[in-house]
Amino acid sequence: MPRIRKVRRLSTRDKIVLTAMVAVPTLIELIFVWLPTLFSIGLSLTRWNGLDLSDIHPAGMANYQYVAQDYPPFWPAVQHNILWLVFLGVVATPLGLLLAVLLDQRIRGSRIYQSIFFAPVMLSLALVGVIWQLFYQRDHGLLNFLLGTAGTPAAVDWFGDSKVNIWAALIAATWRHSGYVMLLYLAGLKGVDPTLKEAAAIDGANAYQTFFRVVFPAMRPINIVIVVITIIESLRAFDIVYVINRGTNGLELISALVIQNLVGEGQVIGVGSALATILLVISLVPIIFYLTRTFGKEAKEQ
Amino acid sequence: MTVIAAPPVKEAPTDTGGDGSRPKRHFATHLVLIVLAIMWLLPLGWSVYTALRPIASTNQYGYFSIAGPYNFDNFVAAWNQGGFSKYFMNSALITVPSVVLTLFLSSLMAFAVSRVNWKFNITLLILFTAGNLLPPQVLAAPLFQMFKHLNLPYWFSDSGTLLNTYISVIAVDTAFQIGFCTFVLSNYMKALSSDLTEAALVDGAGIWRQYWSVIMPLCRPAFAALATLEVIFIYNDFFWPLLFIQSGDRLPVTTAINNLQGVFLSNYNLLAAGATITVIPTLVIYLVLQRQFVAGLTLGSSKG
Repeated sequence: MPRIRKVRRLSTRDKIVLTAMVAVPTLIELIFVWLPTLFSIGLSLTRWNGLDLSDIHPAGMANYQYVAQDYPPFWPAVQHNILWLVFLGVVATPLGLLLAVLLDQRIRGSRIYQSIFFAPVMLSLALVGVIWQLFYQRDHGLLNFLLGTAGTPAAVDWFGDSKVNIWAALIAATWRHSGYVMLLYLAGLKGVDPTLKEAAAIDGANAYQTFFRVVFPAMRPINIVIVVITIIESLRAFDIVYVINRGTNGLELISALVIQNLVGEGQVIGVGSALATILLVISLVPIIFYLTRTFGKEAKEQ
Repeated sequence: MTVIAAPPVKEAPTDTGGDGSRPKRHFATHLVLIVLAIMWLLPLGWSVYTALRPIASTNQYGYFSIAGPYNFDNFVAAWNQGGFSKYFMNSALITVPSVVLTLFLSSLMAFAVSRVNWKFNITLLILFTAGNLLPPQVLAAPLFQMFKHLNLPYWFSDSGTLLNTYISVIAVDTAFQIGFCTFVLSNYMKALSSDLTEAALVDGAGIWRQYWSVIMPLCRPAFAALATLEVIFIYNDFFWPLLFIQSGDRLPVTTAINNLQGVFLSNYNLLAAGATITVIPTLVIYLVLQRQFVAGLTLGSSKG
């Protein structure tokens, strides 16, 4: 590497320019992302109503204890987050893979199909919530009409009924997630060396064997990205439940509970921060997994 | 939406697509795809259909009927009653500066880490990439409190703090998105030949000239893709305005639709029209810049 040569060539002016180039974005990143993250951890160990800075009192682990033992929506929220992850992982992501595999064949109208499946990816999750609200609506929604229950007592308020609304929200989220997974896998499938498939065919493998034993393992880098995206999306899920009912009544998610404790009447910053810290710790698992995959090799080279 | 750059995938030399050269008819495939496509179109189609029908007509015949007339009256009414021109303006005031700042700052950072060998390059890239992947709710409380306790003169902000200002949303949107863009741009710049800057060095060009006149013009394809992607992301951002902006009339359109459900009460035709209006900008970008958007999402999968 011409490392030393490059460094030596830098004039004082160049060094100042380079320092500024790194310093400005890094400062912004530190002030608006990493400092608040550390503050969240710090605030989770305090009791504070969010008004006067001098009112911050140390509270030890009391907030965590409260969240785990005396805060009714916490465990339902954890269950819903897990359900969200499992549903995206078992239904939405495989559906996206299926779409990609079907569309990767030379078929007529492939582009039209792709555009249709991809369209929801362009929409905000908030808007997805509103659009599905119209679809799921109890008396005037299309779904109850298609099921023949519209206007009858059997009609279901899909977003309002706490027994079913998490599933209804998951289907709406799938609508968007699958298109994105499809897009990534379409790119991944194009990258698979066709001679691999031919070799498998010569060895007498049928289409299923070829796909699961040869093509799918060959897409390992994409598979990792998709696993990480799926986990992080399920931890970030917020907009859609917030639009429906602010994440209450069957739609509790950790992210929504964080916000419920920060805004509204009795601001309990400590409790909200404890929930945020729990969310942070869980999120760090897929993030660190992804970072070691991506930067591990480069870090060793340096 | 979470976007992380995909790892490099080499394009296969020939794309055989299907198996074998014999053209197949794919009946079963089409059947599956058509059924799924119809299911996919139903929710959006239902919104558009409801929006095109006057409330009088749906009241008379019910929502599940095909009786006319169809017109754009709901769109006009929703636009006026919902105050969409204001919300779209607010969206533009947030989106344009955020995207410009994000791309500019991340290009500076990407240039520095990709063209110059520094000990902390990887550490910085990890910091940036990881920051982009955090759930925003993790930093919500401290950011809110930081902005609330930063006192500003009233001529600058009528709240006396950074709350209820676009600056707060722009700053956080930018900080969040710099991570992803830096990662993508640094990969893109690393793939450019170092001869380019070497040549400029021989000509006596300083670092800034190398960045601005040599590298930046070569990154145009990456900027086009990232700009498209970031416009959509920031336009679609619901959370930060929700947290920082209290005045309803300052909200961008994506966050404002949350309130429209209350404004239009049980007039689902108006609500459907409002939702459809909100889709239009993204749909236009999608139709015009589909290639750029898709390229943005899969960036890094073609360039290593």
